[in-house]
Amino acid sequence: MEKFTVHKGLVVPLDRANVDTDAIIPKQYLKSVKKSGFGVTLFDDWRYKKAGEPGMDHSQREINPDFVLNQAQYQGASILIARENFGCGSSREHAVWALTDYGIKAVIAPSYADIFFNNSFKNGLLPVILSEEIVAKLFLEIDNGYELIIDLEQQKVITPVGEAFSFEVDPFKKHCLLNGLDDIALTLQYADDIRAYEKKCKQEAPWLMA
Amino acid sequence: MATRTLYDKLWDTHVVRQEEDGTALLYIDRHLVHEVTSPQAFEGLRLAGRGLWRTNSILAVPDHNVPTTKQHRGNGTVGIEDPVAKIQIETLNQNCEDFEIKEFLMDDIRQGIVHVIGPEQGATLPGMTVVCGDSHTSTHGAFGALAHGIGTSEVEHVMATQCLIQKKMKNMLVSVDGKVSTGVTAKDIVLTIIGKIGTAGGTGYAIEFAGEAITDLSMEGRMTVCNMAIEAGARAGMIAVDQTTIDYIKARPFAPTGENWDKAVETWRDLVSDKGAHFDQVIHLDANQIEPQVTWGTSPEMVLPITSSVPNPADETDTVKRNSIQAALDYMGLQAGAPIDSIEVDKIFIGSCTNSRIEDIREAAIVAKGHTVADNVKLAMVVPGSGLVKQQAEKEGLDQIFIEAGFEWREPGCSMCLAMNADRLEAGERCASTSNRNFEGRQGQGGRTHLVSPAMAVAAAIKGHFTDIRTFS
Repeated sequence: MEKFTVHKGLVVPLDRANVDTDAIIPKQYLKSVKKSGFGVTLFDDWRYKKAGEPGMDHSQREINPDFVLNQAQYQGASILIARENFGCGSSREHAVWALTDYGIKAVIAPSYADIFFNNSFKNGLLPVILSEEIVAKLFLEIDNGYELIIDLEQQKVITPVGEAFSFEVDPFKKHCLLNGLDDIALTLQYADDIRAYEKKCKQEAPWLMA
Repeated sequence: MATRTLYDKLWDTHVVRQEEDGTALLYIDRHLVHEVTSPQAFEGLRLAGRGLWRTNSILAVPDHNVPTTKQHRGNGTVGIEDPVAKIQIETLNQNCEDFEIKEFLMDDIRQGIVHVIGPEQGATLPGMTVVCGDSHTSTHGAFGALAHGIGTSEVEHVMATQCLIQKKMKNMLVSVDGKVSTGVTAKDIVLTIIGKIGTAGGTGYAIEFAGEAITDLSMEGRMTVCNMAIEAGARAGMIAVDQTTIDYIKARPFAPTGENWDKAVETWRDLVSDKGAHFDQVIHLDANQIEPQVTWGTSPEMVLPITSSVPNPADETDTVKRNSIQAALDYMGLQAGAPIDSIEVDKIFIGSCTNSRIEDIREAAIVAKGHTVADNVKLAMVVPGSGLVKQQAEKEGLDQIFIEAGFEWREPGCSMCLAMNADRLEAGERCASTSNRNFEGRQGQGGRTHLVSPAMAVAAAIKGHFTDIRTFS
């Protein structure tokens, strides 16, 4: 997994609450058996005028100029800011893969749906939680070329004028992200504990292991 | 020992080890797998040279992509016209073969929606931890199990280690007190709960559903309620074990037998929250007040009783919420103040992991019997949740009731709940759907979804617009 330490990047504002994973990546693209190539269809229904299909040449599709990701000043954005309950709905990790494949390194929102939140950390995408008030303030500040610095080690979001906002992050998730750790390898260190658990379970509740 | 909730008990019995900060390794008993969220996990295992930790914990089935029309079924994957979907299902088949996983192939009578077949086979048991790369895994909590959806990285993690790295969630109790009135179903109960607590109300919580209206429900109804816990933001929903649970499981193919059955049942009877156990949040609803529900917007929390009218954004003081309501009305093509029962529908979908079990099909058939689908309805379809549900319904003659009323009777799969196969809405089409999500584009780009119970969906099909099932004749 790619490490996340400090990131400075252009911010794109997606002024919506309850952005669901169906919106982040529509179902037709979930048929892929790969982890890559989802960036071009990120927010597909909002980004393009007509519905797309897997395998088509997306560069030839008519874009929706009103959608924020298509506006010139946000090209190259790597930080997405949105309102509450970002990533709600389906468990599809394709939503995270679409964001990272597009080039998004971090999302800022007042809250996230649990599964999306979890999936993000597994893919080097940092979901930053800031209060509704701070998010509202940032939405008002965002202008041409507005960049934020996100420092995971210090747990701070720093604005262009140097204002810093602290955020909370689970210490274990932070450790994994800072070091780009593969958590399957971490878990397998405890293989003996897992085997011991299974041995006990086989005696006490064998139907759970059948 | 201190009093514990059902969730506390399920958690405690599955912790393999726990760090000081609360991060735990949680053992997973049952892993359900389907074609959409697994290929990258299998690929990850291969790349890392890892195998499965416990092969017999996994049960696989293709469901999301499968065609539901008869002419495209019955010959394996041959009939799948969409080449990308076909590759995905064949990839699942190949992976299951390579890793020696038990899979119900497309032609198997036991094939169906993953959250229908797990319980139907007895593969979901009380006291289990159940995961699947699908958010509606919360369904299985109806059996007094800890069940939740996971992403593909976690699918791979469970395959390789039989564990998840987790922190404990908080406890929420939603008690639906008293009895519901006639015509009010499990779907109406859960939609009412979501309307009350919101789509993020359960975030960070495991919800236990309790109260007379919940214990009165059949297992099918309980699954409908737990299925939609995720639409209230809770990854896991659950219901305590009682005689209804035990009776449902008995003699199912994967259920324990003989001495083990007796021992299991004894253990299962303890899968209830202790009297006085602490919940971080408690919500009470009066079952008697619940009416048949219809969603009007683009989030499951945007829901109202059939007797009400489309809300007016101007009545909302919060700017973000007001904008959300306006955006939803624009997308849904609805006027503020229009009575819900005046909204006309183009298509009807009865199916999905929320409402495709035999009881749902029976509930729908009772309403459909002797009626005809209205002229303005372009398509009304019933998609049973599994081959076995379909077989049972046909045995009872329910398929004929639907066909005579003008419904299409289809083969099992996820179908138009998420429209990954050919079943979908065209832009602007309006659907009365028994599924679980009314997000923008969920049933097809530009499609407009209204979530309802099976009985309400059939009533809408007959009338051509939403109508109150309590006064339907």
